[in-house]
Parts: sequence; structure tokens; C-alpha cells
Amino acid sequence: MAFIKGYLIPRLIQYILVIFLGLTAVFIIPRLTPTDPVNRTITQLRSMGSYLDPASMNAFIEDLNELYGLEGSTLEQYGAFWKRLFKGDFGVSYFQFPTPVNQLIKTAIPWTLGMLLMTTVLSWILGNIIGGLAGYFSRSQWSRIIDTFTMIIRPIPYYIFAFALLLLLAYVIPIFPVSGGTGIGRQFALNLPYILDVLRHAFLPALSLVLIGSAVWFQTMKLVVQNVNAEDFVQYAKFGGIRERRIASKYVIRNAMLPQITSLALSIGQIFSGALITEIVFSYPGLGMLLYNAIITGDYNLIMGITALSIVGITTAILILDLLYPLFDPRVRYI
Amino acid sequence: MRILKDLFEDYRFSVSFSILGILLILAILSLFSPYDPTLWGTVPRDLKPSWTYLLGTNSKGQDIFWQATFAIRNSLVIAVIAASLSRVIAVLVGMVAGYKGGKTGTVLMFLSDVFLVIPLFLIIVMLAMLVREKMTLVTLGLLLAVFGWAWDARVIRSQILSLRERGFTQTAILSGTGTVRLVLNEYMPFATPLIFSTLINNMAWVVGLEITLAFLGLVNMEIPTLGTMLQWAISYQAILLGYWWWILTPIILSILLFVALYWLSVSISEYLDPRTRIQRVGT
Amino acid sequence: MNEPVLRTEQLKAFYVLDVHGDQKVVKAVNEVNLEIRINEVYGIAGESGCGKSTLLKALYGAVEPPLRLMGGKVYYLVGDSELDISSLSPEEKRKLRWEHISYVPQGSMSVLNPVIKLRETFSDFIGSHVSGKTRGEAFEIAKGRLSELGLPIKILDAYPHQLSGGMKQRVTIALAALLKPRIIICDEPTTALDVVVQRGVVQLLKDIQKKLENSIILVTHDMGIQANVADRIAIMYAGKIVEEASTETIFSDPQHPYTRYLINSLPRFGDKAPRESAPGNPPLLSKLPDGCPFHPRCPYAMDICKQQMPDTHALSVNHKVACWLVAEREDAKTP
Repeated sequence: MAFIKGYLIPRLIQYILVIFLGLTAVFIIPRLTPTDPVNRTITQLRSMGSYLDPASMNAFIEDLNELYGLEGSTLEQYGAFWKRLFKGDFGVSYFQFPTPVNQLIKTAIPWTLGMLLMTTVLSWILGNIIGGLAGYFSRSQWSRIIDTFTMIIRPIPYYIFAFALLLLLAYVIPIFPVSGGTGIGRQFALNLPYILDVLRHAFLPALSLVLIGSAVWFQTMKLVVQNVNAEDFVQYAKFGGIRERRIASKYVIRNAMLPQITSLALSIGQIFSGALITEIVFSYPGLGMLLYNAIITGDYNLIMGITALSIVGITTAILILDLLYPLFDPRVRYI
Repeated sequence: MRILKDLFEDYRFSVSFSILGILLILAILSLFSPYDPTLWGTVPRDLKPSWTYLLGTNSKGQDIFWQATFAIRNSLVIAVIAASLSRVIAVLVGMVAGYKGGKTGTVLMFLSDVFLVIPLFLIIVMLAMLVREKMTLVTLGLLLAVFGWAWDARVIRSQILSLRERGFTQTAILSGTGTVRLVLNEYMPFATPLIFSTLINNMAWVVGLEITLAFLGLVNMEIPTLGTMLQWAISYQAILLGYWWWILTPIILSILLFVALYWLSVSISEYLDPRTRIQRVGT
Repeated sequence: MNEPVLRTEQLKAFYVLDVHGDQKVVKAVNEVNLEIRINEVYGIAGESGCGKSTLLKALYGAVEPPLRLMGGKVYYLVGDSELDISSLSPEEKRKLRWEHISYVPQGSMSVLNPVIKLRETFSDFIGSHVSGKTRGEAFEIAKGRLSELGLPIKILDAYPHQLSGGMKQRVTIALAALLKPRIIICDEPTTALDVVVQRGVVQLLKDIQKKLENSIILVTHDMGIQANVADRIAIMYAGKIVEEASTETIFSDPQHPYTRYLINSLPRFGDKAPRESAPGNPPLLSKLPDGCPFHPRCPYAMDICKQQMPDTHALSVNHKVACWLVAEREDAKTP
């Protein structure tokens, strides 16, 4: 019971509040722009040569206002905004009118999600294992070599590293494709050639995400393990003559995992942003590219949709991690 | 300056210090640039690096070396402005939250948690789109300052929390020291090194964000920064056309900057943390 | 069998620190000779910083950098033969731990692994030394031991953070007695506990010793506890044993000037005179004076005290003192 009150409820409240604040910000910010999206669309359409008589034009403007959620006072818009959100309706793309934002996002999400999940999990596991070993054998030479290596790699943002990789492995030594998700003109099919093609295209962006991600986890895990090694209960276990292997797994690693899970939760936002930009470097057809195009064309609705979805997605992921944490740390479970 | 001498024993500090020194010199050199960085066509285009044009020239007809000096200077200026401002916010929030505690503390920490959890990048993108054309160095710095304080506020708050429990706090309060004086005189010596190392971290974060925003075309592209240099090179297809000197310059300079800032902050914070300092000691 | 269970010869253990180029040597254990007998409680008393804890670490064979064994030997009586522990391999030392000699740490607040239940901790300690079928039996013994010591069996299902400080201390004592070791080393087991709990802990130790008929080395600066539990007491000062005698003798007839100050500073019933303690402060173990470490504070200091370290003089079979004044007096007695 104390757990529910002391841990669960505060987390849930925070979750709801963060989403609320975040989405409100998503609502407010575009409305600060001086340009009127309705006018923009109409000007666009006009420049493409369409013409409407005044009556139909007014009706059209009304429809647009409604579509874009710009009807009524700001408060009414706000209410409508939330209503739509609950239905999962993010409105219609300004630029690729009249495609609904949902559709655009739906096509892009599987690419991003696939890349993100795979690289995050891989780099977390890889970094933690190697970092853990390095922390344990911190005086050994190999651990110091890897440490120096990660010292150089870690501070480099994903996309800069991605550029370097791009230059190196797609131009200088053209092993990998420069851009895209698959070869041009390929159809989606669940056969081996298609999958291999996807993998080939995904390799470089994934590589930069995994390399730098692992460097980060390596460094933090190494530090954590070194600290845990110095803890009283590890010393005591050694005094008790408990076998080395058991001390390493049950005393050191189990305790080292705790701050790592917390760090993962805190870094998700950053990892996500980094992944998006890396996608742009490689023209990988995920949310990143979608965002990029939206920025270039000034497609506010699309940006809002992506942002809103990202906020919900990331906070939910963090909530899930937060809820998993008590499984690992009994001090939180039985407060 | 015994501290400096001790710090220099760490190769990471000495290397990063030198790199930053070189970058600073380059930035200062920009004051002597023979070309106006915003002008195009001041020199012949697309020339490889040579003795006349140290880093070659780009497709806009600009000397890359002198462009780079401005780029470094501007990026550093943005970084310093943004990082310093966000220090102020972080310190204020952290100290108040740490010292006052209670409801104020919880609210402040919740606020900073919100900033931590939300993918700020997207929010910044949205805001940048608003200001796009009117974006100056200072505006950009301000924008980034408003978002960069959350993590460090938390760090400072924990420091203050632990200081509050210490004996000397009680002594000071009982001898009638006012809150402001207590915080400024007694706590600052502890907080200053912390503030300094988070400042450096934050600078790296700001530079990274600036490059990202430039990459997305959300800053004033006429002002040379590391980000805009990169973006121009990309949009002129420098890679495809083989003008490696154009695209490599901002990439290498930014990698140097990031690594140097990181090494600096790591060596300083390891120096400050008594535990790691002892670890460096006799075995 | 009159051989000592544990014996040291000129034991020297120093901390060697390198603080930014300057080398600092902390002489924590400076030529210590001890003989611990079977079926006795041997107390080691002294001020904070005199080297007691380091001595225990050296006795336990847990010498790790920056602590270094500079000289001397430690012998255990295992079975019928005496073993020099520096000749043992790490695995042999590990096997001896807990079965032959165990350790009750100072400040049991954080010596238990926070993420596992107590029963797992107990099982770890047992399982690392006793394997196979006997493990089940040993676990039953563990439960039996717990109930003997007045500890509820259900704490085995608890996590460390759910227990009070006093309870944790009792748990560590129970752990130490688990495999019926020949020697139990206790490092300040009563510090950080309130007086009522202290009494329980002391009683526990006495009960264990009586049952197992083994040897307990008890380190504490609390002379009241020493008086209560110890059969013999060694007074430690600045890394050296300055006096060793039976408890009665130490309290009724202390010979070393430092011991005299120590005893005189203890409050006594009915005696309202102000207590006097030795003037000045104990020396820094990194900056020891020449000769006898106590001479700067000793009212009887002679020239030789400032130049030479006093030898240990046996006043009787059970009473040893390291002091020039006493040595001279005894020499004067023998014609």
C-alpha cells in the first residue's frame, strides 16, 4: 500500500501533468506565429491556378478553419484540440493538403521505431556488459584502451559522427548506400531480398547510433561498477569468502543495474532526438525526414502532430521504465 | 595556482586545454579577417587548400579558413551566452529548491523534470520556426538558455540539500546569518566548482543544438557558425562534388570542440570529486 | 593444547599514499606481536586512529592497496598445524574465511546487499563454504542459530532496509557465528548503537563465545564494554601495543603511563573528582615522533624515550608493557 501511495501515484500524476503541459505547449506555440495558415493554403492553391467564386471561397475558408482547428476563440480551439487528440486526429497537413497528418506519420513511424528500439536496446546491453567488465577489471589494459576510445567518441553528437561515417563508408569506400530506406522502386515484401536491402540501408545510421550509444553506456556503467565495488556490502561479501563470480553477479551487477535503468529513462528523450537527426543525415524515411520536410515547407500541423506524438510516446516509455524499476529495487517496493 | 598544476597532470585536461586555446586563438583571429564573412564571391570558387587559401574556398566564393574563424567565434559566443544564462537559472532554481525545500522545492523540481522528460528538441524546433528570420546570435543564445537549465538545477539542488544538513549551516543560522548571506557566502565555495563543470557541459550541448538547428535551416544562414558552415556545404552538395575541404572543416572543428569540452569537464569533475581523486592515488 | 590460535610476529602494515607527487606513509600497524589463545575474549582498546581497524584487516588477511604489508607474519592454528597466511593462495584464504575465522564489521548499516533478502545472504555465506547436502542442514542450523540468539526467523524474508540498526548488527553477529569458526573478529560492534541495544549485542557475543568455546577478538574504544566482556586486553597506541594484561590487571594495576591516563579518565561510581585525560593529542600516524610515540604527552618522558622505541617487557606471564620507565624500574629490582 505504501508503495502505491509513495511511488505509483506520484509517477502517474507526473505522467499526466507532463503530457498535459507538453501538449498545451504544442497547442500554443504555433498560434504565436503571425502567419495565418488558412491564408497560406489559399495562396498556395491560388498559385497553382485554382479559382473559386467568393461564396464557395468563404465556405472553403470555413472548412479550412475547421480542419485546421482554428474555429472560434482560442479557448474553444483548445477544447477542440483536446477532443481531437483523444480521437487520435492530428489534423491535416498544411503542405501536403489534404493528406491527414496521421497517415503521413503512420508511414514513417515503423522505420523510426524499428531503428530506435533496435539501436537503443543493442547499445544499452552492449555498453553495459563491456562497461561492467571494464569497471570490474578497471586496472587491466584492455579496459583502459576502450576507455580512451570511448572518451573520444562519446562527446560527438550522433549526426556529426553519422556524417563522418557517411563520408567514409558511402563515398570514400562505397560499401553502403548513401540514403533512403530501401533501393528506389522497391516494393514492400516479406522476403529475404527486401529485408536484406532494408538492413543494408539501415546499417550506417544504426552503426552511428549504436557506437556512440554504447560509448555512453560503457562509460556510465564502468563508473557505476567502480563505485559499487567500493561499497561496504561488496567488501563484506569478500570478507565472507563468497566466491568471486557470485559477488560479481549478485552483489555488483545487480546493484549497478539500478542507476543504469534510471539513466536510461532520463536519456530516452535525448536518444530519440539524436535518432531523428541521424535519420535526416541519411535521408532515412522515418519521422526525422518527415520532420525535416515539414520544417522546410512550414507545415505546422505536421510538426505539431509529430511533436505531440513524440511527447506522448516518450513520456509513456519513461513511465513504463519507471514502473519496471521496482521489480529490480526492493527498497522502492517496500517503502 | 596549485590547482592548475595538479589539473595539468591529467592528460585529458592538458590536451583539451590546448585544443580550446587553439580554437580561441582562431576565434580571435577573426577580428583580423581580410574578408567580410557575409559577402559572397570575394575569392575564386571551389579551390583546393593551398598556401594562399589555407583551407580552400567554397562554392559561394568565400575563403574557408577565414569563414572558419568567424564560425568558431560565433559558435563560442552563442555557447557562452546560452550556458551562462542557463547557469543563472539553474543556480536560482537549484538553490531555492534545495534550501527552501517543501512545497516550493517539489514544484520547482517537478518543473525541471518536465523539461527533462519532454523531447525539448522538438519544442525548440517549433519555437525556432517562429523566430526564423529574425534569429540573431543573441536570440539563439537566449532561446537555448531557457531550455538548458533543468539537469543542472537538479544537480545543484542535491548539493545544496547535503550542505543544508551539515553542521556549519546550523551554526551560521544560530549566529544570525540571513538566508541570502548564508547561501552566497557559505554555500558558493561548494557550488562554484559544480557550476563551472556544468557550464562546460552545457556549452557543448548548446553548440550541438546550434549545429542541429542550422542543419534544419532554422537559423539565420548568413551568420557564419559551425552549423551554418556545415549546412551550406551540404546544400551545395559538397560531398557529391568532392569538395571535401568544405565539409570536413566544420566537421573536424566541431569534433575537436566537443571532445575538448568533454575532456575538460570530465577532468575537472574528477579532480573535484574526492573519491576519484583518491583513486588516482597510490597503489 | 596451549598453542595460540592466532599469532603475529612483528606485524607491520602501512598505508602508502601518493598525493600529487608527495608520498605519505601512514604507519597504522607498527611491529605488533600478539598471541590469541583458545576460548578467550581478547580485547584491543585504544583511541580512534590508533590503527585498530587496520590491525584487524591485517589479522584477517585482507590487505589491499593502498594498505601494504611491510613486514612480519600472521599465523593461524588450523587443525593442529600453524599456517603462515601469507603463504596461502587466494583460494585457500577464501576457504578459511568464515569457517575458521570470521568478521563482524564496524557499522553494519550498509554491509548487507540491499537488493536480496536476508535468506539469500545467509545462503550465500553458507553456500560458499559448505556444498551439496550439508547445505540444507547448514541452513537449518542457521535458522536454529537465529532463534538461539533471540532473532525472529521471519527476518530471513526481509530486506536489509527494513531492519533497524541494532537488528542488523545482531544479524551480522549471527552470520559471523554461522559456521562455528575458531576465531571471530569484531570491529567496534557497539558503536552507533544506543545503550540498550549495546547491552543486547554484548550479551549475544558472550553467549556465542560460551557456546562455541572459541576465541573472540574484540576491538572497541569503549572501556566499559571491554571490562564487561574481555578476558585479556591489549592497549594500542599509535600503531603499537603498549600494554597487554588480564582485564582485572589492566583496570586495577595499569603500568604504562598511557594506560594509566585511560583508566583514570573513566568515570567511577561515587567518585566525583573531575576526570583527567592525557594532555595533547595522539600523533598523526604519518608523522610519528622518534622513539616512543607517547613521549610528547608523557609526564615521565626520559631522554631514551625520545630516541628509542621501547622493547616489550614482560612483568609477569600475563602482563607485558612497552615502556622505558617500567623497564628501568624492573631492571633496578633484579640484582
